[in-house]
Amino acid sequence: MRFLIPIAVLVALIALFAVGLSRDPREVPSPLIGKPAPAFALPGLGGTPAAASPADWRGRTVLVNYFASWCAGCRVEHPLLMQLAQQQGVEIVGMAYKDAEADTRQWLERHGNPYRSVIVDAAGGAGLDWGVYGVPETFVVGPDGRILHKQIGPMTVEAWEQKIRPLLGGMAR
Amino acid sequence: MNRILLAAGLGLALLSASLRADVDGLDPQQEARYQGLIAELRCLVCQNQTIAESSAPLAVDLRNQVKTQILAGRSQAEIVGYLTERYGDFVLYRPPFKASTALLWLGPFLLLLGGLVWALRYVRGSRRPAPVAQRPVDPEAVQRLLAETQAQLAAQDAAPRKP
Amino acid sequence: MTPELGHFALILALVAALAQTLVPAWGLWRGNARAQAVAGSAAQAQFFLVAVSFAALTWAFVQKDFSVVYVADNSHSKLPLVYRISAVWGAHEGSLLLWGLMLTGWTLAVSLFNRRLPAELSATAMAVLGAVSSGFLLFMLLTSNPFERQFPVPLEGRDLNPLLQDPGLIIHPPMLYMGYVGFSVAFAYAIAALITGKLDAAWVRWTRPWTTAAWAFLSMGITLGSWWAYNELGWGGWWFWDPVENASFMPWLAGTALIHSLAVTEKRGLLKSWTVLLAILAFALSLLGTFLVRSGVLVSVHAFASDPARGVFILGFLTVVIGSALVLYAWRAPKLASEGELRLFSREGLLLLNNVFLVTACFGVLLGTLYPLVVDALGLGKISVGPPYFNSIFFPLIAPLFVLVAVGAVTPWKRGEFGPALRRLRAPALAALAAAVVLPSLALWLAPVTASFASKLTVAVATWLALFTLGSAGLEVWQRLVSRRRQGVALGPALRGIPLGSWGMTLAHLGLGFWMLGVAYVTGYGVERDVRLAPGARAELAGYQFIFDGVRESEGPNFTADSAGVRIERAGQPVAALAPEKRFYPSQGSVMTESGVDARLHRDLYVALGEPLDPQNPAGDWSLRLYYKPMIRFVWLGGVLMFLGGLLALSDRRYRLAARASEPLTANATRAV
Repeated sequence: MRFLIPIAVLVALIALFAVGLSRDPREVPSPLIGKPAPAFALPGLGGTPAAASPADWRGRTVLVNYFASWCAGCRVEHPLLMQLAQQQGVEIVGMAYKDAEADTRQWLERHGNPYRSVIVDAAGGAGLDWGVYGVPETFVVGPDGRILHKQIGPMTVEAWEQKIRPLLGGMAR
Repeated sequence: MNRILLAAGLGLALLSASLRADVDGLDPQQEARYQGLIAELRCLVCQNQTIAESSAPLAVDLRNQVKTQILAGRSQAEIVGYLTERYGDFVLYRPPFKASTALLWLGPFLLLLGGLVWALRYVRGSRRPAPVAQRPVDPEAVQRLLAETQAQLAAQDAAPRKP
Repeated sequence: MTPELGHFALILALVAALAQTLVPAWGLWRGNARAQAVAGSAAQAQFFLVAVSFAALTWAFVQKDFSVVYVADNSHSKLPLVYRISAVWGAHEGSLLLWGLMLTGWTLAVSLFNRRLPAELSATAMAVLGAVSSGFLLFMLLTSNPFERQFPVPLEGRDLNPLLQDPGLIIHPPMLYMGYVGFSVAFAYAIAALITGKLDAAWVRWTRPWTTAAWAFLSMGITLGSWWAYNELGWGGWWFWDPVENASFMPWLAGTALIHSLAVTEKRGLLKSWTVLLAILAFALSLLGTFLVRSGVLVSVHAFASDPARGVFILGFLTVVIGSALVLYAWRAPKLASEGELRLFSREGLLLLNNVFLVTACFGVLLGTLYPLVVDALGLGKISVGPPYFNSIFFPLIAPLFVLVAVGAVTPWKRGEFGPALRRLRAPALAALAAAVVLPSLALWLAPVTASFASKLTVAVATWLALFTLGSAGLEVWQRLVSRRRQGVALGPALRGIPLGSWGMTLAHLGLGFWMLGVAYVTGYGVERDVRLAPGARAELAGYQFIFDGVRESEGPNFTADSAGVRIERAGQPVAALAPEKRFYPSQGSVMTESGVDARLHRDLYVALGEPLDPQNPAGDWSLRLYYKPMIRFVWLGGVLMFLGGLLALSDRRYRLAARASEPLTANATRAV
């Protein structure tokens, strides 16, 4: 009987690896899912005083998108965000993460602005509180101010269709 | 003369004290805590590095955060709690002991125990005399062997001995 | 044309490998001796073909043939020749080819030396080696062809990863693969023993030197890897418990256990099925390492570019090879009966315990490496398992090994007695105790560093363990010499009278002791400090003054560098002048830290250059990281001694005799089935 133990261990390992091959080891799920979105008080783009905060979106489901003009992945997802905002009427809040205001503005002028509002997180403090570890990252925040979902890396059509759109319910046209 | 030397020495001491970049403002005990902590925290964007090793911007931010919190007098548990609230257990290179990591922490020692028990049983087992195959004994064969042996012995006795 | 020639040779090599497997297998089945003998010629042809293929790839690198995708991806017109050659194994495809070359090389060696072994045993083992080789060649041809061409031909290559442009990386992979692949010989003979049911003294005597050779190369490969990481990664670390390192360390632990269990099987004919299992395990862990490193299931500092298709292939291959080996084991191993009594307090009893600790340590490393995967697969979230975990489980598990080595050195085979052993160990134990008090204090007196009570205690305990091991290993040789001298033998003949195998063992055990010393001091008393220095300013660390002389620009063959001048003084006396660099490789747009190291046997002073505080003003303040690393050289010295010990042991006379005239059975040998 004990001579069968090695083969049992091997079978277990192979099953483990078979599952493991389909996972991305680099994606870290957020512990903030289901928790209230961390508060902040930051200026909006264009010199509005430190007034913007998650309370502004109470009652609506919004996408909170951390982006930066220096971030390559943000360019990748940008056309999709534009499409979501313009054609589907999704409310997207832009968090300009560790970016100079002038650079952000120039970037938005050049590529278009999908954001209902843009908040300047120049020091990355809000990003730290939200557990951002690499832009772009997109959070779905529900009407009660809780984080429903986090998309790590560029937004994709699959992620939108399969994960995020259902969360927005009837909102997205 | 002595005074000049002393002044020069003080100047040097001040200079080198002001040059400590990352650990500015930490007393030696805090510095030790700081070094210990950042060597056990994982940089999330890096391949597999601690935030002490990495020069990624996020690692720099997290180091600063740890330093600020140490300066604010927060305890080790509080700082670790702050980070896991945001990034989960992934950020800890020393996984906390909980139900899902019990096997990780206890597994090797359980296996050691099992291995030692196995080794002792092996030793015990080897002391048991090897089982001798049981074959039905043929009485005639025994008689024949006995007779042959006796005949041989007799022949040896009869032979002349060398001096 | 040359790349096509290389590709074609690789395809032919696969044919040869298949012939090496199938023809002898058929011969064994039909009892046809001539078919069995084909294995040798097939192995020789296979080696030749893979060597041609390897030479073709090397030639493409030397000629800067960027029409070959692999060359273009890993070379550059300005890359120095020596790195163009080592770039052959700098990435996935070429390193697989190197693996293939090593495997066919080992197979060739087996085919040349195995003439005196029973024909059936050899034919079976050769067939197994051929099957392993077929799998790897197929893998290369299907998923990782190094000879793929591209059009249009790029004008310039994308360069070898600058991390790999280091002398350590020229010889580290070949050594490591020699070790990994070398375990395939023990594996093949284990399978042959299971199939033929013969595991006798001749088998053990044949398998032992091959295993020792593989183990020695693996030891050296790991040591070189550690040395490379220390110099090149710029963090001053020498071991990170990274999955890639663990992938090489696990087969080493299993291989170390195998070497010791083989000794028991040779001397006493015991532990036969366990030895066979370890032989399978060591090779299985080598394959597992390949899978972990190349499939992308785990995140690592220095993994190869990952590709799930490759992962699936290696996983399938691992399943077939190790799965069938273990099924065979479950079926046949119960018949490998061991006879004879094993006492706990005897050399073999201690070796049995050694195996328990080594295998447990190996399991601990495996568990820690794979646990994040387990947690993720079960949907319990993501966790990280890093150095704090490995250090806290590994060292308790291996600490008893040092005592076992020391006690084992004075304990005879079959039956040892406590009293005499304790009496003989009293002197080394007490001497080690004295040293454990004196040495750590001396170290702190020489270089004042702040260390916690816990690390002081750890250093003291580790010093005791290390010196106890060193002392008893030395004592054994000494006592042998003394007893021979008493019999009136002159010193020269007395020295020569000790078999090389014993010298090898002693050297390897000394290596273990030195390794432990290095680990203890560099971990417990090593210090580091981040500083910000203006040109002309100084900083203090462990009693040394580091004076920063500013940074100037310099140029290398394929990089530009900011080169700093750092002078080190101690009590006003100059100690060293270092030139740590920050290199910029334009071809990859990457920045590399080239640390400045002043190496002495008892300590390293290590300086890594950081960033200028103001990027616009390189003449201003710079951040630097300073390290004081006591006795780090002992870590690698330990590895080198183990390597040399292995080489000595495998050149022992009795193995050559065994190869010449394999007297089949000893008193202990048994035939299963």
